[in-house]
Amino acid sequence: MFLSNDITQNTEMLDRHVVQPADPQHPTILSTEDLHVYYGKKEAIAEGDLRFASNQITALIGPSGSGKSTFLRSLNRMNDRIATVTGRIMYRGVDINQPDIDVYEMRRRVGMVFQRPNPFAKSIYDNIAFALRLRGVTDKHALDEIVETSLKQAALWNQVKDDLNKSALALSGGQAQRLCIARAIAVKPDILLLDEPASALDPVSTSQLEDTLLELKQHYSIIIVTHNMQQAGRISEYTAFFNQGRVLEYDTTSHIFTNPQVQVTSDYVSGNFG
Amino acid sequence: MKSTEQLEQQLKRHSKAAKLEIWGKVVSFSALLLIVAVVVAIIGFVASKGLATFFSNHVSLWDFLSGKSWNPGVTDAHGKPEVGALPMIVGSFLITILSAIVATPFAIGTAVFMNEISPNKGAKILQPVTELLVGIPSVVYGFIGLSVVVPVTRAVFGGSGFGILSGTCVLFVMILPTVTSMSVDALRSVPRYYREASLALGATQWQTIYKVVLRAATPGMMTAVVFGMARAFGEALAVQMVIGNAALMPGSLVDPASTLTSVLTTGIGNTVMGSLQNNALWSLALVLLLMSLVFNLIIRLIGRKGRLQ
Repeated sequence: MFLSNDITQNTEMLDRHVVQPADPQHPTILSTEDLHVYYGKKEAIAEGDLRFASNQITALIGPSGSGKSTFLRSLNRMNDRIATVTGRIMYRGVDINQPDIDVYEMRRRVGMVFQRPNPFAKSIYDNIAFALRLRGVTDKHALDEIVETSLKQAALWNQVKDDLNKSALALSGGQAQRLCIARAIAVKPDILLLDEPASALDPVSTSQLEDTLLELKQHYSIIIVTHNMQQAGRISEYTAFFNQGRVLEYDTTSHIFTNPQVQVTSDYVSGNFG
Repeated sequence: MKSTEQLEQQLKRHSKAAKLEIWGKVVSFSALLLIVAVVVAIIGFVASKGLATFFSNHVSLWDFLSGKSWNPGVTDAHGKPEVGALPMIVGSFLITILSAIVATPFAIGTAVFMNEISPNKGAKILQPVTELLVGIPSVVYGFIGLSVVVPVTRAVFGGSGFGILSGTCVLFVMILPTVTSMSVDALRSVPRYYREASLALGATQWQTIYKVVLRAATPGMMTAVVFGMARAFGEALAVQMVIGNAALMPGSLVDPASTLTSVLTTGIGNTVMGSLQNNALWSLALVLLLMSLVFNLIIRLIGRKGRLQ
């Protein structure tokens, strides 16, 4: 225990864990202020105050039930009909947690990829064109071009370019998940939220997916929930540690892993629990 | 050595549980046998009676299916009995298809409301109402049809009020709950992640319902409609009360007409077993039976196609 003498045992002392990204090249694109999430009367998130840097990957880690997925789903209002979300979610200076925000337009800018690959029972092409067609893009050439660039960005183009009209349900798990990423970036969002995107994938697919995310960072700001500590270490610049509905710690990933300020974080990243 | 023998004895002895196991298999297998026997017997009986018209009474199948006058006791100018079933076949199909066409949009709308738009109200109010509608006996539907629908049809469209239109109105209400509750099941079986994926791409709720949920539920919805049609096709009592029971080719939707079932229920008590009049009715029953088999086949085909997707 003497090794961790400098680690604060009292979490109350660190009641604001907001980090302004220090790098001026990556200004804050999204931040939450005083965010609380309730399922009925049960509070799932108490005080989630975080700022997210643009064109960086931020990992949300923490044990099961710590609220990291709930937090992520609140960011693009996917919890609207499920939970009550109070507080502010500032996106480029606009609070998108207001009732009069057009959530459909907002979700175009803040896209999401889920834990389980969930392609529609349509062709690969139609999966990607889905959101574009909803927005009135009917021009065949425009659609073709966006489908191609999206698939290329998601590193799937070479595998499926001859099978665009085949059912997306025939893809393997890793391919299906990359299709879901291609589908999400087809509408050119600002921010990409990923909810444990690799948890249903094998190690090879996972590693390919991580490479893809590192490429995508150039164009999108990425927030990823992950159970996998090594994954957070490999790909993210910033890491937030969630425990029991609170953000216990938020810092650069290297800092969280090498010099955690809270005992629980230290235990978690070193594998002592969770 | 002794212990091996003991063990073998113990393992070979049939325990009480093992005997019960055999008993359970026997009981459930005999139940299955009974049901199969009943189905085979019904099909065999109806077929032997219904085919007698063609084999014993030498009515040609073509005359039966295409003839337009139904009066089995009478012979026509050529000395052939008048057993043209076309008016009833047309009546049955017309009333079935029309009621399905009217009921489907209402059923889908109700199902979408119950499952997608307002699951709470759907579960609390609409579900019990739908179940109640299923439980109302068909004679009650027929009676309401007779005392409400027929007079209204008469006042609005003229004629006697009896006919395909009144029958369609009554059947529409009768098959609506069936189609609705099966459509709800179809919607419920669409995985939640389809909806999430669509919403996360910025689709509105209506776009999600229309472009994703309903598309994915189409096989189930079609099964629901075909089930409703099967029910409409086989319904006898309520239809008989409002359709007018004239074995004539319906000239319009408000002319008195008849269906396979309505002719059967009105005629079967007035004929002698073994006579041509009686056999001709059994032929109608055979057509009904074959049609319900066809409906079943369609449902199975849709189900298989839905699974393949």
